[in-house]
Amino acid sequence: MRRRVFLVTGIVLVALVLAVALVSLFWTPFPAADTTGGRLEGPGAHHLLGTDKLGRDLLTRLMIGARIAVAVGLGAVALGAVLGGLAGLLAGFANRWLDDTLAALLDILIAFPTLLLAMLVVAARGASLASAIVAIGLAMSAIVARLTRVLVKRVLAMDYVTAARTSGVSWPRIVTAHVLPNIWPTLAVNLALQFGLAVLAEASLSYLGLGPPPPNASWGRLLQEAQSTVLTAPTGAIAPGVLLVVLVVGVNLLADGLRDVADPTRRGHR
Amino acid sequence: MSLLTVSDLTVSSADGRTLVDGLSFSVGRGHRLGLIGESGSGKSLTTLAVAGLLPPGLRASGTVLLDGTSVLGAPERSLNRLRGRVAAVVFQEPSTALDPLMRLGHQVAEPLRRHQGLRGAALKAAVLASLEEVALPARVARAYPHEVSGGQRQRAAIAMALACRPALLIADEPTTALDVTVQAEVLALLDRLATAHEMALLFVSHDLAVVGKVTDEVVVLSAGRAVRTGPLRSVLADPGDAYTAALVASARRLDEALGGAL
Amino acid sequence: MILEARDVGFRYPSGAPVLDGVSFGVTPGRSVALVGESAAGKTTLLRLLLGLRRPTSGAVLFQGAPLPTGHRAAREFRRHVQTVFQDPYSSLDPRQKVSRIVAEPLRAVGFTDHEPRVSAALDAVGLPVDAADRYPHEFSGGQRQRIAIARAIAVEPTVLLADEPVSALDVTTKVRIIDLLAELRATRGLTLVLVSHDLAAVASLCDETVVLERGRVVEQGPTGAVLGSPRDAYTRKLIASIPRLP
Repeated sequence: MRRRVFLVTGIVLVALVLAVALVSLFWTPFPAADTTGGRLEGPGAHHLLGTDKLGRDLLTRLMIGARIAVAVGLGAVALGAVLGGLAGLLAGFANRWLDDTLAALLDILIAFPTLLLAMLVVAARGASLASAIVAIGLAMSAIVARLTRVLVKRVLAMDYVTAARTSGVSWPRIVTAHVLPNIWPTLAVNLALQFGLAVLAEASLSYLGLGPPPPNASWGRLLQEAQSTVLTAPTGAIAPGVLLVVLVVGVNLLADGLRDVADPTRRGHR
Repeated sequence: MSLLTVSDLTVSSADGRTLVDGLSFSVGRGHRLGLIGESGSGKSLTTLAVAGLLPPGLRASGTVLLDGTSVLGAPERSLNRLRGRVAAVVFQEPSTALDPLMRLGHQVAEPLRRHQGLRGAALKAAVLASLEEVALPARVARAYPHEVSGGQRQRAAIAMALACRPALLIADEPTTALDVTVQAEVLALLDRLATAHEMALLFVSHDLAVVGKVTDEVVVLSAGRAVRTGPLRSVLADPGDAYTAALVASARRLDEALGGAL
Repeated sequence: MILEARDVGFRYPSGAPVLDGVSFGVTPGRSVALVGESAAGKTTLLRLLLGLRRPTSGAVLFQGAPLPTGHRAAREFRRHVQTVFQDPYSSLDPRQKVSRIVAEPLRAVGFTDHEPRVSAALDAVGLPVDAADRYPHEFSGGQRQRIAIARAIAVEPTVLLADEPVSALDVTTKVRIIDLLAELRATRGLTLVLVSHDLAAVASLCDETVVLERGRVVEQGPTGAVLGSPRDAYTRKLIASIPRLP
C-alpha cells in the first residue's frame, strides 16, 4: 500500500516537471532574452517569481531550465543505456579473457571522476547541451555496463537458458526471448535512478560553468548566478533548488515504485 | 519439566495466512524428537520460532518454553542467554551459518570465547578438541569455508553449535544438501554426539528414513498442523490420517524399489 | 547404441581431469542411470552428452556418428534428444507463459503446429489445458517439473536426458514424477538417461546403472546386479549409506 503511494507521488512529481518543460516549448511568461524587468525584483503580480540581476523573468528561466533538465536526463539515460547495455551484454557473453579485459576497463571508467570526464568532453567540443549529455551519458554507460554484465551472467547461468540451448535455440533468440526480458526490470529501475543522477550532474556542471552556455539557463546555472545575491533575492536560489529536488525525488520514488509493479511474479507466492 | 515445551504455537503471516496452526509438542532432557513435514508444512517456521529467530512481519502466539524461559516475544538479551547454552541450531545449508571471510578455526573459537571465556592457548586447545569431536582434521581450522567440502562445512557448523554444550540441538534438514555417503556420516555423528553429551535433539526433515536414523519419536506436520504423533514404527505401521498415509505410502514405494534391487 | 560415450575424457586447461576414460551406451528404448555424488563428473558428462561441450579426448556418438557441430547440423540431434533439469525453479523462464515455454523446442527445431502439440504435451504430463495461459510461479514444484517434462517431450524426442529430475521434490511428489517418467517410457518408447544420486529413483526407472566416482566409471551393468551385488568398494559404500525405513 505504501509502495503505491510512493509510485503515485513519483508519477505526479515527474509529470509536473515534464508538463512545465512541454509548456515552455510553446509558451513562457516572457521571451527567454527579455530583459525589460527591473533588476532583482521580488515576487509580484507582473513577474510571479521576480527577476534576476539582468532583469530576466525567473519563472521563464525556470521553465526553460526544466526543458534542459529533462533533455539532459533523457539524453544521458538513452546514451548510457545503449552504450552501457551493449558493452554489458558483450561482457556478459564474453569468454573469460575478453570479460576480464572489459571488466577492468569498466572499473577504470567508473573510477574516472565524472567532472574530469566532462571537462575533457567540453574541452574537445565546447560547452553545450550536447556536450553535457555526452559527458554524463559516457560516465553513466560504464555503470550501466557493469550492472548489465552481472545481470546477463546471472540469466545465462539459469537452467532455462541451458534448456533453450539444448533445444537448438540460437543465441540471438536466447537474448531476445530470455536475457532481455529478465534483465530489463532491474535495469529499468536502475536507469530511472540514473536519470535523477544525470539531472544533478548537469546542475553541477552548469554550476561550474561547464554546462550549456547562456541564455539557455539550466537550474544549475540559475543556482550559480543566484549565489552572489542569495541574501537579497533568495527566491532566485530557492526556486531552482526546489525544482531540482522535486524532479530527483520524483524520479527516485517512481523507480522505487516500478520495482514492484514491473515484476508480476513478485506479487504471487513462490 | 520438559526442556522444550511448545504449546498451541500459531504463526501467521502479515496478510493473515496461518502458517503454523496450534502446534504442541515437547522434548525432555536427553530425548529426541523428529519433526516431519514436506515443503509448506511449517516445519522450518517452527524451528525458527523455537530458536527465537522468527523473521519480523510474522505474528506468533502460544507459548514456547525453553528450559522454563519463554521464547516468544522475549527481548534479544534474554534470548542470547538461551542461545548456544540451552539450544543451538544447525541449518540445512551450512554456508548460511558460516562467515565466508573468516577462517573456520576462528568461527569455532567465537562461541567458546564468548560463552566459556577461553583465551590464548586454552582457546586454541578447545578449538582443536571441537574439530576433533566432529572428526575434522586440525588443518581445517586454517581453512576458509569455501576451501572445504559441503560435508566438512556442516561438521564445522555442528562444532560451532556444540561449542557451549547446549542441552538441545535443533537440526533443520541438516543433511539434505549433502551427498548420500556424507549424509550417513553426519547422521552417525549427530547420533554419537547426542548420546555422548546426553543432548536432546529436535530433528527436522522431510525424509522418514533419515529421521529414522536418529530418533524413534516423530510428529508429522501438514499445513502447519500436527496430524500424527507417536513412535516412528507405529506411524509407519498405522499412519492414521490421509496425509500421513500418503507420505508413508510414498516413502514405502521408494524403499521397496530399493529393496527389490538390493 | 542410440547414444554412446566412447572413452570420453574431459579436463580444463589447468587442472586434474574431470572425466577420464568414461565409456557407456544406451540402446533405443532402454534406460541407463549415471550414478555418483558431487565431483563424480555427472554434470560435465551430461553437458558432453548434450553437445554443450566437447570432450578433450574420446567421443560422444549419437546413432553411431559423432555429435554434429554447427547450428543447422545439430537440429536433428536436438529434435531427438531433450532434457529435464533438477531445479524446477531455474529451469523455467519466470517471464514466459507456460505455452511459450513448452513451445520453445517446437519452434527451435522447426515445427509449425505449436498449439495442438503444446496441449498434447501438457495433457501427457497430467496438467490441465488452461495451464498454458499461466506463469511458472503459479505452480508448485512438482507441477513445474511436469511443465519441464512437457517441454522436453513436446517435440517427441527419442532420448530424454534427465538431470536429477526428482532430487529437489518432496517425497510424495517425487513418487508421482517417477511414475510419470515410467509411464512416458512405456507409452512412447523413450530412451532414458537418468543422472542421479537417488538410488531409489534409479531402481524404479533404469535397466542399467553406471557408477561414477571422481570422473571414472567404477562399475556398470544391469541395475539389479549393480545394486544387488556390487563389486566395487565405492558402490558398496554408496548403497550402505542410503537410509532405509525401519
